[in-house]
This record gives sequence, C-alpha cells and structure tokens, in this order.
Amino acid sequence: MLISIASGKGGVGKTTIAVNLARVVGEGITYADCDVEAPNGHLFLYPVIENTQEFSVNVVRIDDDKCNYCGKCQEKCRFNALAVLPRHVMVFDELCHGCGTCLLACPEEAIKEIERPIGVIETGHAGGVRYVGGRINIGEAMSPPLIRAVKQKVAKDKQVIIDAPPGTSCPVVNSVIGTDFCVMATEPTPFGLHDLVLAVAMVRQMGVPFGVVINRVGLGDDRVHKYCRRENIEILAEIPDDRRAALAYANGKIAVDVVPEWRNIFTNLWTSIMSRAGSATQSA
Amino acid sequence: MDFNNVARGIGDSIRIETNKTMIKQLTIISGKGGTGKTTLAASLAALAGGAVLADCDVDAADLHLLLDPKIKQSNDFEGGYSAEIDQKLCTHCGLCLEHCRFEAISDDFVINSLQCEGCGACFDVCPAEAVVFERECAGQWFESTTRFGPMVHAALGAGQDNSGKLVSQVRSRAMEIAKEENRDLVIIDGPPGVGCPVISAITGVDLLLLCAEPTPSGRHDLLRVLELADHFKIQAAVCMNKVDLAPEKSREILDEAKKRGAHIVGTIPYDTKAVESMMQGKTVIEFDDGPLADSFKNIWTETTKLLVNEHK
Repeated sequence: MLISIASGKGGVGKTTIAVNLARVVGEGITYADCDVEAPNGHLFLYPVIENTQEFSVNVVRIDDDKCNYCGKCQEKCRFNALAVLPRHVMVFDELCHGCGTCLLACPEEAIKEIERPIGVIETGHAGGVRYVGGRINIGEAMSPPLIRAVKQKVAKDKQVIIDAPPGTSCPVVNSVIGTDFCVMATEPTPFGLHDLVLAVAMVRQMGVPFGVVINRVGLGDDRVHKYCRRENIEILAEIPDDRRAALAYANGKIAVDVVPEWRNIFTNLWTSIMSRAGSATQSA
Repeated sequence: MDFNNVARGIGDSIRIETNKTMIKQLTIISGKGGTGKTTLAASLAALAGGAVLADCDVDAADLHLLLDPKIKQSNDFEGGYSAEIDQKLCTHCGLCLEHCRFEAISDDFVINSLQCEGCGACFDVCPAEAVVFERECAGQWFESTTRFGPMVHAALGAGQDNSGKLVSQVRSRAMEIAKEENRDLVIIDGPPGVGCPVISAITGVDLLLLCAEPTPSGRHDLLRVLELADHFKIQAAVCMNKVDLAPEKSREILDEAKKRGAHIVGTIPYDTKAVESMMQGKTVIEFDDGPLADSFKNIWTETTKLLVNEHK
C-alpha cells in the first residue's frame, strides 16, 4: 500500500508528517523520499545507508560518421534538445527526455543512446523502518525519472510512506500518481489555503483518494477548515502549533519522541489513513 | 525612518547608475519551501517601491495574495504537446504502446494526459493517423499593476509540466516592462527546490537572495542552493529567518554559508506579526514598525549595497 504525503505550499509539514508516521508505525514500514530536489527525511530518521546506487537516464549521441545532417531528428524533437548544424549535431543533455523519437526519425541509424547519471538512490534502514531516498544532482532540471525509479524500488513493499515534493507540477504528479491514498498537508493561512486549493485540483484530476492534515492549528484562522467543509474534504488530523515540536524539528528530532501527546495524534492519523486507503482500494 | 532613507538613497544610486548600464535582477529562493521567500519578496517590493515584480513560483504562486495585483492583461500559456488517441481510427496495432517510454498508454489505447510527456513518439509511429497531437494551453500569465509597481505573474494548470518555460515567459515580460518603463530592478520570487523552474528563475540574474531557516532541513537545502548558485556562477546573499528559534545553529549555518562565498545580509526574528500581516493581505513593512520590519529593512539595505557593487 502506497501512501503519499503532498502539499501545494512548501514548508507546511510534509516531512514532519511522513517521519512521525514512520516512527509510530515502526517495524515493517518503508519511508520513500521522492522530494529528490530537497530530500530531508534522512535528517530526522538517521538511516544507516546500505546501498548507494547511481541513477542514469538515456540521452542520445550522434555518430558523425553515419550522420548526413538531414535535420529530421531536430524536426521531431519536441523538447528542442537537438540542434543540427552543417557539420555537427549539438545535443542539449538537460533538455533530452530520452523519449527515443529522434531514433525513430533518423534514416541513417546514426543515433545511439548512452546513460547519463543524474542522481543517486540510497537504501538503508532506520531501526525497523526501511529507507529509500532519491537525490538529484545539482544543475539537473528533470526530476521525474528519478522519482519514478524511487517508486519502482518500493512498489512491492507492504506499506510505504512517500514524501512528495511541494507544488502542483510534474514532480508532484509523478510522486502521487498510482498511490492508494494521498495525505495533503496544509496550514491555516492564506498561503496555505491558496496552495491547498490548487493541490486538491491536481489530486482530483489524478483520481487518487485523499484527506487533509492541517498543521500549526492555532496560527491564522479557520479558512482552511471552512474550505474543507464546503468541499466535503475530510480533515484527517489537526496538529497544534507547538513550540516544543518546532524546537524538536530544529534539533533534528522527531516530535513524537519529544512531545508525548503527539504520539496519539499520529497513531490515530495512521489508523484513519489505513481505513480510508483500505476502503478506497476495495472499492476501486 | 532611517532605514527607509538609507535604502531609498541606495535605491536611487542604483537608478542613476543602471540607467547607463543595465537592469538588475534579484531572485529570492530557499531550496526548502516555507522558509519565508514570499513574505520577504513582498516586503522588498514595498521597500524598493517601483521595481518590476515577477512571481516565478508558477505552480504555487502566492505573491499576489500580498500585493493584490490589478490584472491589465491575461495571456494563455502554450505549454508542451499532448497526445490523444481517436478511438474511431485506432486499429489496436500496438505500435504506440511499444514506443511510448513513459507508460502513458493503457492496454486499451487511452492516453493518460498526466503521464504523457508530449514527445510525439506515438504520433510519429501510428500508421492509422489516430493520434491527435497538439500544443495545449497549460495555464495563464498576467500583467498587472500593484501599489508597489508593475507585476508579472502566472498560474500553471494543475498537474502541468513545462513550469520552467512559464517561468522564462514571466521573466522575459518582466524585463521588457523594466525596459519600457525605465525601471532598474526586477524582483523575482522563486520556487522551492533546485530543479527546472528554479534553474529558469535564476539563470542570468545579478544576485540571489537565499532565505534560510535554522533547522536541519533549512541548512541541508540551503547548501544545495548554494551549490546551484556556484554551478551557475551567480553571486549569492543569505539571510536567516526565525533566527531566535536556534541562535547557535543559525550562527553555524551562516558561517558555513560565508565559507562557501555567500554574503550574509541579515537575520529575521521569529515573530507572529509575519503571519498576522499575511492574514491581512499586507506586507510586513506596511503592517509592522517593530523589530520584524526593521530586520527586513536591514536586509534590503545590505542587498542593495551588493546590487550596486556588483557591477563596479
């Protein structure tokens, strides 16, 4: 069972929710970090890394001996990753999606694919929690292939918490799509609400069942609560704005280990998630 | 206010110098989300008074909630291509399935638009011409006026890709406006992370202002954006938000940033006035005249100094 933790706005508690859930569930759960641009789960789980694997994508190379510079590859590349000059073809690696369309177009079979590393996937354990985390190399623009690879690594695990990146565009879509349930984190502020509305539109489009966790309750006002009621969205948990938890976070500690009441909040949250995700899987 | 005058004075000196040379671009990013980028950007907009503002966090844009832009013109954003299979023409030969590398086509030949990257392989191989392959409208972008100057912003459609392209669109229009209206500074509110839209939001700018926070995530992601700044050879300045949450850790992180060549331009106290001003749809500068607003003014003063010195 795959449970994704997402949010429109950044910094509203995705990683906090993910690592606290992983801690209360403990033995048998997998934590998967799909926020490959800014992975943070390891800073709280302190996993012992057992394996670091380089992750590569396909990019194309042109064989100048075979190429007749006809320009068909450039014409077919919808990502502008190729520029055919009179005696040379330039390949912009960062723009290449590895789709293979240019290979299909080339009449001279002058294009081959090579592997280009764009990041790493680390696997290990933090106590009874299995840890899998992606990390994209600095300067790389496209994270979705790495995100898909992280998800592939955990696809057969029994219960997986997927820590997604913020926003509503392709990295988030790739993290959340195909999961059994999505926990949408937000905070009760105008920014929190505005980005929640966008994220809800995204997750509805994907058809992934979801519920909301409101973090830092006590801050701001009740506009997020009102929105959820109006839209018939279930509020799975409300996490109070608590300086003790903020300090735990600042010190690299997991809140449920420091603030006793929080253990209940997250145990109950996990129970709610499991019952929602279970019934969603059955009805699907 | 003293700080105001200093900042305005420095602002004026940029104005005079850049009329001869070029328009300055300042991008605010953080790596980690939720560290206060937009709150800071809005306050700098208020202090600059007359800069062109560009919200480049196009898939979760919030700057408009504080700056209340009056939209003068909206434009469709043409994103990438998207493919669709016409079931009446499809012969179920399976060539498209074989060539799609993104698992976007189901066994009964329906394309999942969220997984389709718009490469066109299916369109190119289909012998029955059953694939409809067109550019799609992937969002909107807007030209607006605000109480602090012109603003260019955007709304990417939910679940769309091509956010980097939309960021470039917003930035290039913001630069045109700066030229047309003889304005010398473009303030860019950037997205979180280090990927495609971030790279689009920082390439070619004069200065990056990184908003950090004293937490393990804040430190980790700050170091990643500093590496990104170095990769693209862009000068970086750092400020620390919520400094009193962990004063010792803040100092350590700022020291580390300094060692990596970043300029330290100030710290921001943890203050509930930041959220209170947001609740009112105001910038901190308009809402507060205490230590919080002072910290922003100080950061603005130091940042403008760097912008002036940068092209000497």
